[in-house]
Amino acid sequence: MKLFGTSGAVAAAMFALSGVAASAQECIAPANPGGGWDFTCRQVGKSLQDLGLIDQTMQVVNLAGGGGGVAFAEVVNKRGEDNELIVAASAATATRLAQGAYPGNTMDQVRWLAAIGADYGVVAVAADSPVNTLPELLDQIKADPASVSVAGGSAVGGWDHLKVLIAANAYGIEDVRSVKYIAFDGGGEAVTQLLAGSVQAFTGDISEAKGFVDSGDIKVIAVLAPERLPGEFADFPTAKEQGVDAIGANWRGFYAPGGMTDEAYGDWVGKIGDLYASDEWKEVMAANGLAPLDLQGADFQNFVAESVGQIQTISKEIGIIK
Amino acid sequence: METFASLADGFAIALTWQNLMLALLGCFLGTIMGALPGLGPSNGVAILIPLAFTLGLGATPSLILLTSVYYGAMYGGRISSILLNIPGDEPAMMTCLDGHPMAKKGFAGEALSLSGIASFVGAFLATWGLIFLAPQLVKIALLFGPAEYFALFALAFMTLGGVSSTNQAKSAFAAALGLGLATIGVDTQTGVPRFTFGEVHLYDGLDFLVAIVGLFALSEVFIFLEHRHGGSDAEGRKLNIGRLYPPMSMVRKCTPTMLRTSFLGFIAGVLPGAGASLGSFISYSMEKRLVDKENTFGTGDPRGVAAPEAGNNAAAGGALVPMLALGVPGSGTTAVLLAVLLALNITPGPLLFTQNPDVVWGLIAALFIANFMLLAMNIPMVGLFTRVLMVPSRILMPIVAMVSFVGIYGISGSSFDLLVMIGFGVMGWVLRKLDVPLVPIILGTLLGNSMENNLRRAVTIDNGNWWTLIDSPLSIALWAIAIIGFVLPLIVGARVKAKMHQRRDEEGAISD
Repeated sequence: MKLFGTSGAVAAAMFALSGVAASAQECIAPANPGGGWDFTCRQVGKSLQDLGLIDQTMQVVNLAGGGGGVAFAEVVNKRGEDNELIVAASAATATRLAQGAYPGNTMDQVRWLAAIGADYGVVAVAADSPVNTLPELLDQIKADPASVSVAGGSAVGGWDHLKVLIAANAYGIEDVRSVKYIAFDGGGEAVTQLLAGSVQAFTGDISEAKGFVDSGDIKVIAVLAPERLPGEFADFPTAKEQGVDAIGANWRGFYAPGGMTDEAYGDWVGKIGDLYASDEWKEVMAANGLAPLDLQGADFQNFVAESVGQIQTISKEIGIIK
Repeated sequence: METFASLADGFAIALTWQNLMLALLGCFLGTIMGALPGLGPSNGVAILIPLAFTLGLGATPSLILLTSVYYGAMYGGRISSILLNIPGDEPAMMTCLDGHPMAKKGFAGEALSLSGIASFVGAFLATWGLIFLAPQLVKIALLFGPAEYFALFALAFMTLGGVSSTNQAKSAFAAALGLGLATIGVDTQTGVPRFTFGEVHLYDGLDFLVAIVGLFALSEVFIFLEHRHGGSDAEGRKLNIGRLYPPMSMVRKCTPTMLRTSFLGFIAGVLPGAGASLGSFISYSMEKRLVDKENTFGTGDPRGVAAPEAGNNAAAGGALVPMLALGVPGSGTTAVLLAVLLALNITPGPLLFTQNPDVVWGLIAALFIANFMLLAMNIPMVGLFTRVLMVPSRILMPIVAMVSFVGIYGISGSSFDLLVMIGFGVMGWVLRKLDVPLVPIILGTLLGNSMENNLRRAVTIDNGNWWTLIDSPLSIALWAIAIIGFVLPLIVGARVKAKMHQRRDEEGAISD
């Protein structure tokens, strides 16, 4: 009976999954395989091993749910003392922590390790749009907020939404709630609607927009980075050089359990710092459209704290949190 | 010919040993699952999802496995219909009407192999339709803004009841239940959690896969526990299978029937929410009206076997068109497949053909391969497949239960999901007792969020103006089709259903 064979195979695979050596370093990706967090864990694990910074393969565990909240709660409640555990995080983690979207959890409950790079935000319009610069778009919003719909791939209050609000805020739009943001299921769908003409502007990450810039369907009017990006992205003007002092970086990095010893914490910070400084990692960043963001240990902890504070302020203004 | 070049690329992807083995495995398991009473294509695919994930298959191999199961189940459904007068799945119900009388007359082998050929013709033509129609639908898809998408989803729900369900009110209830379940989780348009009760596991909403496995597979187990003395094996052994090949004259007589019903079935499949049951039903009733001069339909007419089989297999292929090109499933099984695609981080829709051409064309090539495999497998192995019906439920059902639990835990690693699955299993059992169809629940859960979000996007973009929903010719056309699809079955369906009941009474009750 083939059917018996099938269930046998499933069972065997399950045993294989559970029979993992307990002593190995472990990275929790708080999402299903294939997403950004999963990439962070797997790529860093592989590179750490290639560089000889860890001696055995890092175990990657996918613990999806609640936009990372399930993994965060697991680490805080059950794995608080684990010295061999790191967890992938990004600007989305900070956003959710800032907005209290992980019920009962705050950013102080874990130790923030280091960043490994950032994906800077972009604002784009359709190729045939009369708008050519970020100030033109923001002027339109200022004059008649109802005339401009901005599409993004994250939920209202999510990072794609906040990026455009940060820019609007920096341009002097007092009531950022007037900015009309339409949430789509992922950047791809949002760009499609820009092409279809349903919306007038798109906010997202460079990696989401790149394919459509290449095909000539959309034009990037601003990248929310401190300075122009290297390589093929160098053509995109920054918001800053257009007089809008806004930076929106979807950073990628790691946190560790709150009860991790100082020794183990220092050890991890050192390893990820070494990784970040390596030439191999620079290649990985270039291949994946990641821009530099060099922050480790206490610097990174402060960066996350600042970013959480900034998000809290904006979220209060738009009424996501009270 | 760009299409043929793409298709050739697709064959290059599909023709690896791993993918061929997966297609073979999928065809075989699918045929068995289709043949087992109750285990239809949606259940078959749902049960095998965990296997695809546990094996760590990539997107294309997973899809090849699961669509082979899908096509296989569409083939297999006829076996128990013909031999036992128990439809192996919902769309195979129409095959009972003439298939079982043929078997009783001692033509079981002919009926099985003829229906195998009809299945092949339907699926083969539908796959060509998929190749030529899907890219066209992609071009149209860029015309779809939020308002048009909302109209499209409304159309899917309004045509859902149709003829295929026994009771339109129950279909509507099931769809509403699904829509309600879809509201659980963080609302993307406001960022506010709804019905999560502070439970972080619910923030992302209910997992479709957990819902599907619970609703279909587990409820099957509960139903069995309830009637555990019942077995499907008693009658099967007595049947004489007969010749394994149909005479050429029979095939020739049925060819026009197969061609006509393939077309009808394909159209039914392409319409979201219509699906294979409607395809096989329309095929049978139209063909009866067209060629049944001597009133032999229902008494073992080979054309009455060929018509619904070609129809429902063509509908299976047709249902893939809107699923791939628009992200809208045309049947229950494609709703399951859509969930798989989403879980694999592939967003079906207008951009699928440009963003993941390897997935699409690999899949289409795999459909051709699976189709030929199924034909080759089905004709000579008719005798073997029938033996599967003799597996006692007391052995089969524990396996279904085990695969469900292990699989869902394997996907999420969360015991919370297991509880949700059990909850859905119990709900599925209760709903089956009440004769409420389960497919609309899945459609509601799966499409509810998109439908709601698109409505709110459309209205927000137009600054609160609700007339935006009927502001373009396309959306007006969609609304018109939706309203006709909703009203027409109310008028025609009553007549048609009366005939069905009459026929059922003649043939004896079809048990579930």
